Amino acid sequence: MEINNTLTIDGAIKEFAPQIEKTSPLGWSWIAFLSVLVLFGFYGLYTQIAEGHIVTGMRDNVVWGIYIVNFIFFMGVSYAGALISGTLHLFRSEWRKPVIRMAEWITIISLLIGPLYILLCIGRLDKLHNIALFGRIQSPITWDVIAISTDIVGCIIFLYMALLRDFAHLRDYPELKVPKWKKKLYYYFALKYHDTPEQRKKLNRTVDIMAAMVIAIAIIVYSVLAWIFSVTLQPGWHSTIFGPYFVIAAVYSGTAVLIVSMYLFRKVYKLEHVITELHFKNMGIILLVLGAFFGYFTFSEYLTKWYGSQKNDELLISILFDKYYWEFVISNYIGVLLPLIIIGIPKFRTIKSITFTSLVVILALWLNRYLIVVPTLESPYLPIQDSRSAWVDYGGTWVEWSLTLGGIAGFMLLFTLASKLVPIVQLSALVKKDKSEENRKSE
Amino acid sequence: MTAKNESRRSFLKAGLSLSAGAALGAAALSGRADSMDAPSEKIKLVTADGRVIEVEKYDLSIDDRNPASIEKSHYGLPGRKFVMVIDLAKCKNARKCVEKCQEGHYLPADHEWLNIYLLKDSPESAPYWFPRPCFQCDNPLCVSVCPVGATFKRTDGIVLVDTDRCIGCKFCMTGCPYSARVFHWHEPEVEVPEGTVYSPETAYPAEEGTVGKCVFCADLLRKNELPRCVVACPEGVIYFGDLNEDTVSNGVETMVFSELIKNRSGYRYHEDLGTRPSVYYLPPVDRLYEVEEGFSLHAENPEILERYKNTETYKKYFGDGNK
Repeated sequence: MEINNTLTIDGAIKEFAPQIEKTSPLGWSWIAFLSVLVLFGFYGLYTQIAEGHIVTGMRDNVVWGIYIVNFIFFMGVSYAGALISGTLHLFRSEWRKPVIRMAEWITIISLLIGPLYILLCIGRLDKLHNIALFGRIQSPITWDVIAISTDIVGCIIFLYMALLRDFAHLRDYPELKVPKWKKKLYYYFALKYHDTPEQRKKLNRTVDIMAAMVIAIAIIVYSVLAWIFSVTLQPGWHSTIFGPYFVIAAVYSGTAVLIVSMYLFRKVYKLEHVITELHFKNMGIILLVLGAFFGYFTFSEYLTKWYGSQKNDELLISILFDKYYWEFVISNYIGVLLPLIIIGIPKFRTIKSITFTSLVVILALWLNRYLIVVPTLESPYLPIQDSRSAWVDYGGTWVEWSLTLGGIAGFMLLFTLASKLVPIVQLSALVKKDKSEENRKSE
Repeated sequence: MTAKNESRRSFLKAGLSLSAGAALGAAALSGRADSMDAPSEKIKLVTADGRVIEVEKYDLSIDDRNPASIEKSHYGLPGRKFVMVIDLAKCKNARKCVEKCQEGHYLPADHEWLNIYLLKDSPESAPYWFPRPCFQCDNPLCVSVCPVGATFKRTDGIVLVDTDRCIGCKFCMTGCPYSARVFHWHEPEVEVPEGTVYSPETAYPAEEGTVGKCVFCADLLRKNELPRCVVACPEGVIYFGDLNEDTVSNGVETMVFSELIKNRSGYRYHEDLGTRPSVYYLPPVDRLYEVEEGFSLHAENPEILERYKNTETYKKYFGDGNK
C-alpha cells in the first residue's frame, strides 16, 4: 500500500492541483481531436435525421445493428463503477481508494452515452414522448426506461457523495489557481459541507447505502437489458441464462475499461506513486475471475445450442462458425483465454501486459455483443427470402461507424474534462484515515 | 355476397354482447387503459327488400376517403373472429396477391407485407411455395412487447398498427418470429390519393420510421368484402372467413372451415412457438403445378428470381453458380 498516511489534505491538493489548474498543449490538442470526432458523429446523426434510417445498414431482417451493440457495450462498461467501487467500498478494501473515482466517472459517462444509441435505433424520435403518454408496463422497453433512468440517478448520487468531500476541500483551499467559475462551482457543489463529525457520519452512512443500492440497481438494469432479447422467441436470444450472462459480461468489460483508464491517467498525470503495480495486479485478478465466469457462461450457452440443436439453433451456429469465424474466435476464445494465461501466470503479470489484455477484452466483448445481436437476426425461423438481395446482408455504414466513433470519442472527452474538474484521484481518500472510519471498519 | 351481408347484420346484434365479454379479455391482453366498448349510435334503415335494419351510424360514414378512425379501428367487428386458410397445393408463386396488396395499401416497392417463400422442409421432401401474410396471432408477441401500445389486438382477431403512435423502436419486428413486419426505412415513395385520411385499417398514408404489416384488409372487411390477396389469387389459394361462422371462402368456392382443416390436415406454421396464429395451411399434397413454375412465370423479372438464389431449388433449376 503506497498511500502516504501522513499526507494532509492541503498537501494532497497541492500535489494534485496541477491536474485541474492547467492543461498542456498536448492536452488541448487531445481535447480538440476528440471534439472533432464527436462532431463527425454529429454529422452522421444529422445525415440520419435528414435522410432517414435508410442511411444505416439496418434493414427488415437485421433491424438492430451496431447501435444496439454499442448500447449494450456502453451499458456494460457503466458497470465498472457500480460493481467495482460499490463492492470494494462495502468490502472496505483499502487499495481501492485511488481508483474508485475513475470507476465512478466511467459509470456516469457511459451511462450518459449508452442510452443515446438506443435512441438512434428509434425511427420516430419526434414521437418519443409517447413512451411517457402511453407507456405499457408489459413491455421490456418500458422496464428498460425505468431501470436505466433509476440507474443514472442512483449512480449520480453515488458519485456525488464521493465528490462532495473533495468539493469541500477544494473550496477551502485558497491558493487554488482555477478560474472563478470553477471556484463558484466548488462552492455550490460542496453544499456547505464542513466535515463536522455529524456531517461526516451522515455522509458515510449515505455512501454505504448508495453503494449497496447501486450494485442492486446495476444488476437489475443489465438483466432487464438482457431480457429485451431473451423474452423474444428468436433462436440465440431465447435463453434463460441471458440475464446473468449479460451481467457477468458487463462487469468484465467495465473492469477492462477501468484498467485501461488507470493506465492512461497514470501516465498522463504521473500518478505512478498513487496507482501502483499492486492496483493493476488486483484489478487484473478481478478481471481474471470475471473472465473465467464469462468463459463459463459463453461455453454453457453455445454448448447447449450446438450439442442438441434445433433447426434454427443449427443455422445460427453454422453462421457463427462460418461467416463470423474470426469474430467468434476473438470474442469467445481469445477474449477468455488471454486473461487466463497472461494474468493467470504470475510471471506474465505486468502493468503493460495487464493493460494489453484489457484492451483485447474490450474488443472481444464488443464483438461478443455483435455476435449476440446480428447473427440471430440473420437466422430467422423463415429463411431470408423474397426480399431485395441488396437488403439481405448487414454491414454498418459510415453513418453507423461515425456515430460509434463519436460515442467512443465522446466518452473519452467527457472523461478527460471530468479529470479537469476535480482530481481523478479522490483526495479525501488519500489522507490519513480518520477515527470514525477506523471505528466503522472494526464494527 | 348478399347472403353474407345478412348474416353480418344478424351478427351485429349478437356480436355486441359477445364482444363485451371478449373485450374484457382483450383489454387484459393488450393492457389498454381506455374502455373497449365500441361507441354506438344506431340508425334505422329500410333495405331494398323492405326490411328494417339497425346499423351503427358510424358504419355509414366510412368510405375510401374516410376510413375508420384510429379510435374506431381499435374495436373489432362485433362477433367476428377472422381466419385464413392457405392451400399450399395450389400456390405457384404467381405473385398476384403481392401485387394487389402493394397496390391496395399504397405500399412502396421495397415495403412488402406479403412474402412468398420457397420452403423445403428436409433434404428429401419436395419444395413448395409458401405465402406468408401476417398470422394475426392470438398470442401476439409483437403486441406484448410494444412499449406504447401502438400495435394492438382486436376482438375480431386482427392485429393492427397505429402508425400515429408508433415510435419505430422495431421491438415488434424482433418479437415476431415470422418476419411478418417491415419498416419504412425512408419516406414512402407512393402517391396516395389526395385528401386520404390515415387509418390503421388501411395503413396509408404511411409514415417514414414506422412499422407496417399485413392488416387482413381490415378496411375491406368492414365493408364486408374479402381481402385483396384472396380476390387477386388466380388459383384460389387463399381462403378467408369467420371462425364463428365456421366458413371460409376464396371468392369462388365456400367451404366449412373445420371440415377443410380436418379433411386436408390443416396446420399452423410453427405451432410450437405458442403464438396461436389465425392463418392455417393445407399441406402441399397432390399439387397442381410444378414448383419450378414459380420461376418460369418470372423469367422476365430477374429481380424476383434473385430473391430465391440461395435456395436449393433455384440452384438446381438454373444450374449452380451461373445466372
